[in-house]
Amino acid sequence: MRYLLTEEQQMIVDICRQIVEERIIPVRAELDEKEIFSWEIINEIARSDLFRLFVPEEYEGMGTGIFEICLATEELSRGDLGIATSFAASGLGLIPILVAGNEEQKKKYLPQLASGKKLAAFGLTESEAGSDAGNIKTTAKRDGDYYILNGTKQWISNGGEADIYTVFVMTNPQKGIRGASAIIVEKGTPGFEFGKKENKLGMRSSVTRELIFTDCRVSKENILGSEGMGFIIAMRTFDQSRPVIGAQAVGIAQGALEEALNYSKVRKQFGAAISSFQAIQHMLADMATNIEAARALVYHTAKVIDSGEKNITRLSSMSKIFASDMAMKVTTDAIQIFGGYGFMKEYPVEKMMRDAKITQIYEGTNQILRNVVALDMIKRGVV
Amino acid sequence: MIQIKIAVCIKQVPGTTEIKIDPETNTLIREGIENIINPFDAYAIEEGVRIRERSSSEEVEVIALTMGPPQSKEILKEAISVGVDRAILLSDRAFAGADTWATSNTLAKAINKIEDCRLIILGKQTLDGDTGQVGPELAQRLNIPFIGYASSILEINRNKMKVKRLMEDRYETFEINLPAAISVVKDINTPRVPSLRGKMKAKSVEIPVWDANQLGADEDEVGLSGSYTQVVKIFTPKIKHEIKMIEGSPGEQVEKLYKELKELNVI
Repeated sequence: MRYLLTEEQQMIVDICRQIVEERIIPVRAELDEKEIFSWEIINEIARSDLFRLFVPEEYEGMGTGIFEICLATEELSRGDLGIATSFAASGLGLIPILVAGNEEQKKKYLPQLASGKKLAAFGLTESEAGSDAGNIKTTAKRDGDYYILNGTKQWISNGGEADIYTVFVMTNPQKGIRGASAIIVEKGTPGFEFGKKENKLGMRSSVTRELIFTDCRVSKENILGSEGMGFIIAMRTFDQSRPVIGAQAVGIAQGALEEALNYSKVRKQFGAAISSFQAIQHMLADMATNIEAARALVYHTAKVIDSGEKNITRLSSMSKIFASDMAMKVTTDAIQIFGGYGFMKEYPVEKMMRDAKITQIYEGTNQILRNVVALDMIKRGVV
Repeated sequence: MIQIKIAVCIKQVPGTTEIKIDPETNTLIREGIENIINPFDAYAIEEGVRIRERSSSEEVEVIALTMGPPQSKEILKEAISVGVDRAILLSDRAFAGADTWATSNTLAKAINKIEDCRLIILGKQTLDGDTGQVGPELAQRLNIPFIGYASSILEINRNKMKVKRLMEDRYETFEINLPAAISVVKDINTPRVPSLRGKMKAKSVEIPVWDANQLGADEDEVGLSGSYTQVVKIFTPKIKHEIKMIEGSPGEQVEKLYKELKELNVI
């Protein structure tokens, strides 16, 4: 189903599709198997100006809104979620600079991120601070013109590959959540090192690592907003980024449906293509219906965000919950349509199911997001 | 100031290898066939753009050229979307029916009109004509060196380049004075995907059209009247298929097959 896209939006989709068809699909199984982070593909994405979508024009970007980011992310995810995650994670890492950065910080960091010559990463999660994000233990102690960082961040997408990290730290641990701050740390800063690479179930072409800070001195100029704003910055970032996870889910599901549909037309049993059996037809119809529903919700959410609406937490959470649960179901059903072949690594659908799982977990588990939706509804009414 | 001007000569070709020929008129059936940039020319464009990107000390301008009907503008726009600085369409009814000789004449005139082109890059051959002659003929007309089948440009400045080329059994490396022309093979690079900025630029760009008059070309030196060769007939050769099934036990089959092949003088 084609949405009514502007000429520029259609260009974004076309570019991403070309990258997926020519560069990603031929190698995605190998990247998955060997856990390869492909700079070659990231550089192609960069050369095509796609990282510019995250950044406003005044900082050498071409950013028009979350909707365009969703279109690009959806299309890349149709090819490979790992690559789409590396792409989106750079966006996630730079949103805090957009949300809370001052003019100097924006001028310094955004142009190099827009060009894609450098990647960003977002460092919030710790071993004991997942859904309970307020429980972070990494500290930043003020010392003259510097902060001294100590602690370890866990499961950071683009860790080690990115050059610019927005890290969430406790500047005043006594204040709890109100004592959290966000600070920019550049790769290569003494005292900033990377821990082990995680061996993951899915999105294996992306890199997920620890960030380890040991008496790491960071200039006070690098703090985003002011001390104590960290948690607000994180939540405002997520409000914008959640539909992007929804778009990832829609893309994976779309890829799985295409594979399942094609396979059903060539696979013969009882002397006929399995696509002629109503049991299969109904599965395909449900998959397609649910994808369209999720896509509609994700696009709507993105457009609401782009309209400047402030209360977007509920809608953006809903779009992520619905799309990711849908993607899990659709990719599982795609394997079912492939039957035993779907269970084998020679076919792409088992990877899609492994990839889909993370969309229910990261950037807020769907359980935490259901709490968010319910609490917002109780507070503000159904609206 | 631009120190190195690079002209990339490209051609629009039918985007299929299954060319259908109208048996009545012996011409290509173009209906329903999408036109594309000749695949080898995509490598030529990419190489021009890469030279510009890696040149730090000298300013490089890459100009795409094509001779063809007005709709050939589309491939010039595509060239812009992947990084070419500007494009020129050579189009005139008088250019129609050109063979390689007339084509190279028209291109040479355009390159002279651009002035001071230091390097001309072409694909090694086209998908439709398949002659591979336009590059060398163009160099001959411009009286500049030509290196065919370039697989790598090792060094380049305004006056000289070092280029490696692929031969059947070996590589050869040349140092040549510029201006020169080269044709490239697909080993030379991987053409990029268009960029968003490139596509936006391509959408709005005005592509100048140069006709015979602007090139200062007489009617009898371009198109069909400027051509020494003419396509009289294009046909698909009829291949006769004869299938004979050999039956019997494997041993008998081998014996029968041997006998048959012997009779046909194959063995």
